[in-house]
Amino acid sequence: MALGRTIRDDFDWPLFIAVSTIALFGVLNLYSATDSGTTSDAYVQQLYWLVLAFGVAGLTVAIDYRHFERYGGVIYGGCVLALVLVFVLGRSVRGSTRWIALGGFSLQPSELMKIGLIIALAKYLHHDTKTGGRTLADLIIPGLILALPMGLVLLQPDLGTAMMLAFIFASIMMLTQLKMRSVVTLLATFVVAAPVTWFYLLKDYQKERVTAFWDRLDGTHTDLLDSGWHTQQSLVAIGSGGLTGKGFTQGTQTRFRFLPDQHTDFPFPVWAEEHGFLGAVLLISLYLFLVLWALRIASQAKDRFGAVVAVGVGAMIFWQTVVNLGMVSGLLPVVGMTLPLFSYGGSSLLSTMLGLGLLMNVSMRRFSH
Amino acid sequence: MITLSQRREVGEFRKRYRWMALFVVLVFGGIIVRVAQVQLFQRDRWSGIAQQNITKTLELPATRGVIRDIEGRVVASNRPSYDVYATPRLFQEGDVARIASLMELSAEEEAALQTRMDDLPLNRRTHQLELYSDIDREQLAGLETHLAELPALDIITVPLRDYPYATLGAHLIGYLNEVNADDLERAADPSTYRAGDRIGRSGLEKRYEPLLMGSRGFRRVVVDARGRALSGTQPDSLEVAMLKKPVPGHGIQLTIDMRLMEAFDRAFRQHPSGAAVVVDIHTGAVRALYSKPVYDPNEMSSGLSTKRYAELTSDPFRPLIDKTMYETYFPGSTFKVVTALAALQDAVVDPSQRIECLGSLKIGRQKFRCNKRHEWVDLYDSIVQSCNVYFWELAEEVGIERITRYARAFGFGEHSGIGVNSEAKGFLATRAWYTEHYGAFRIGYTLNTAIGQGNTRVTVLQLAMANAAIANGGTLYEPQVVQNVTAPDGSLSDTFQPRVKREVGVSPEHLDMMRHALVDVVEQESGTAYAARNKDGVQVAGKTGTAQVVGRKGRSEESSSAWYLDRSHGWFAGFAPVDDPQVAFAVLVEHGGSGGASAAPIATSVMQQYFGEQPSAEAE
Repeated sequence: MALGRTIRDDFDWPLFIAVSTIALFGVLNLYSATDSGTTSDAYVQQLYWLVLAFGVAGLTVAIDYRHFERYGGVIYGGCVLALVLVFVLGRSVRGSTRWIALGGFSLQPSELMKIGLIIALAKYLHHDTKTGGRTLADLIIPGLILALPMGLVLLQPDLGTAMMLAFIFASIMMLTQLKMRSVVTLLATFVVAAPVTWFYLLKDYQKERVTAFWDRLDGTHTDLLDSGWHTQQSLVAIGSGGLTGKGFTQGTQTRFRFLPDQHTDFPFPVWAEEHGFLGAVLLISLYLFLVLWALRIASQAKDRFGAVVAVGVGAMIFWQTVVNLGMVSGLLPVVGMTLPLFSYGGSSLLSTMLGLGLLMNVSMRRFSH
Repeated sequence: MITLSQRREVGEFRKRYRWMALFVVLVFGGIIVRVAQVQLFQRDRWSGIAQQNITKTLELPATRGVIRDIEGRVVASNRPSYDVYATPRLFQEGDVARIASLMELSAEEEAALQTRMDDLPLNRRTHQLELYSDIDREQLAGLETHLAELPALDIITVPLRDYPYATLGAHLIGYLNEVNADDLERAADPSTYRAGDRIGRSGLEKRYEPLLMGSRGFRRVVVDARGRALSGTQPDSLEVAMLKKPVPGHGIQLTIDMRLMEAFDRAFRQHPSGAAVVVDIHTGAVRALYSKPVYDPNEMSSGLSTKRYAELTSDPFRPLIDKTMYETYFPGSTFKVVTALAALQDAVVDPSQRIECLGSLKIGRQKFRCNKRHEWVDLYDSIVQSCNVYFWELAEEVGIERITRYARAFGFGEHSGIGVNSEAKGFLATRAWYTEHYGAFRIGYTLNTAIGQGNTRVTVLQLAMANAAIANGGTLYEPQVVQNVTAPDGSLSDTFQPRVKREVGVSPEHLDMMRHALVDVVEQESGTAYAARNKDGVQVAGKTGTAQVVGRKGRSEESSSAWYLDRSHGWFAGFAPVDDPQVAFAVLVEHGGSGGASAAPIATSVMQQYFGEQPSAEAE
């Protein structure tokens, strides 16, 4: 059996170990973060999600990734349809509609959309006949592939995920050789678009988070009780951890609930408070390894589809990690971004593991025929 | 078998991976640098906030030291005041309205509280601040029953200063009020005072502030983000002390006798203003420092309005002024004692030589009036009867230099050294001073000086100390008001030790003669204070005096009471009891007219009460 041989000989152990370690740390951290509260069974639930996610990833690995290429259009279409369904069936949490109830579970289609987008772009570039000297005209079709789901996500509204879709798109397109003139034109467009976005597209609460961020940076602590308060308390947690941390389940910022959303958006401060700088560097290094490993897999992929999928999955993990860590360490405004594999939450874990399954898939099939 | 799509050229992508990897490494490197900055270099700062986050510090105020008089009567102590404190960070929606209803605040007060909470800078939100002080019993009851539902609030029992004798002795004892920016800046240790603390502002409260204040303590409790106290939890990472007991202030016992002070207060009932000082002649210990009228220390401690301050400063009887030591007066005839002793000691006169007083004396073209026609008097008689003519004749012999020299020896013209409040030096004019200020020196200046008019000015305290020196045989003491200081552990310190300023340099027989003359001022029928004597009671000796009031020209039409303010001040200064002198005194009745009629009766009646009706004095 071809598959059996592949698993034994070509299984990407470094990838598997890095992913499993981060996920395990995430569960431990979740246990600590919810130790004193009423949601103390959150880590058990996260374990169920992990089993499910690893199962899904396993299935993804079992199917040759070229089948995903073949059904790329269907997958993309399905994801977009799910995004549309959100508006019909979805339930509203904190002013935005992102979730669909599926039996006992709640699913967030925008998370799956990331994978759908990666596959769609990979399929498009796979069949693209150009091998360089691309102009803006060559970005029109990929741009439309991005624009449709991104528009739907913005309508929810979910700025963080929309931004992620854009980042994944940009990272993938960086693979192609765009002409310098086109790059300049793009940048100029962005400069014009930014103020328009600020004044016409952003909601007040979104603007508030950005201004709170800048206020904190220039030292005018005007609004610590709201958005700035999150960043402040996050820094207090991280900073008070010192070199070696306060010890597992000993973080005072966590136990006494000064950290907001400590198991979803702010699990890193919990970790950094309890395990210190050493623990923080260990965790960050695992993410760094994961992203570099994805690039290595991409470079060894034997076709364009595989390479683009690997870069797309790597970009997805990279940007989410960077935005989340930047946010909790006060380098970026608070936008609501989970830390992949580490944060509590089924949908984000599921989509991440789907992506990692694809990555493993590409990795394992780099040698065959 | 499904045909899978053909492989494609991947060479286009090849050149990008290295740059992507470099970018990824740089970004993650940047994050690690940031985390290192926060965790390694800013650790102390963030740890401090983390500890502040989970602890709520409750201040434990120190009990201010108690002040007692010589017999142990409480002069200044503390009563509980219930103060409402808030930790603004813990305020929840609707708390302000709830507090307002529980405390029955008016709409304006509620609005003020809301504004105060809203305007607070963020870095002060974790600190407790005082909302209301000394709330009444109903408010206390209202708040206390609902305190569990208001985690932002704490009711702290603070000792508040209480003066059982109210206004009596207020100048000496002083008062407290809130610290200001200058006090906070001046304090050696910045943690000594906080805004809202009270500090001794005058009198003993100010002089002994470092001893009286004690030092505050605190208790910390661990709280969660909503301010709920978590008893029994103390995280290992908490590196701060949880309890520091407050240290009470030192107790101070005064040499002052409040019974004597009360006696003066009763004796002064007829007079709107004046002062009296009583000192122990053997030690300089002050037994009474009485000044009338007085401000209310409670009023001063809550802060005066501009209007009230204007009222106090424009009051013709000057309640803000301590008349025992800050105000100076002409000594009048009480000063004849100094002139006489100067003449005797320097032997410029034969005390038995008599001169005839015709009721006035003409020198040059000026005619000086005596208070009456005394006929033939010697030095002794002229003290007893207070004859000016005799002293004018004497002044020419003695000269201004001698008078000034002896006055200085008796402590006039210099600070007595009592060390509490501001003290005036008074003034002794010299020949040089007259030459400088009036162009040329004239004999008239000497004549005025000899009888305590002219430019000589003294304080009531100085006059009492000088009379103590006469009574004790010539030792001038420094007046002191503190008997001892008790540390919180009960140990005594600063126990009273007499401090001698100097020997006045007058021989005992002259002083003895003077004492006899002062006795006869009261006991002889011709004496100026004969009417004030205690028949069959405590015998009191002293010299009367009447000091002219000057400098009120053109103000006589101000009010119907203005005539009163132009009346002379009455003096009586001496010692008691005459057979075994214990205390010296000086009594001044402002605008009392003649000293024999106004001041002497006060002195004799107070001495009668003090020595005649005090069992402990007889036991000694």
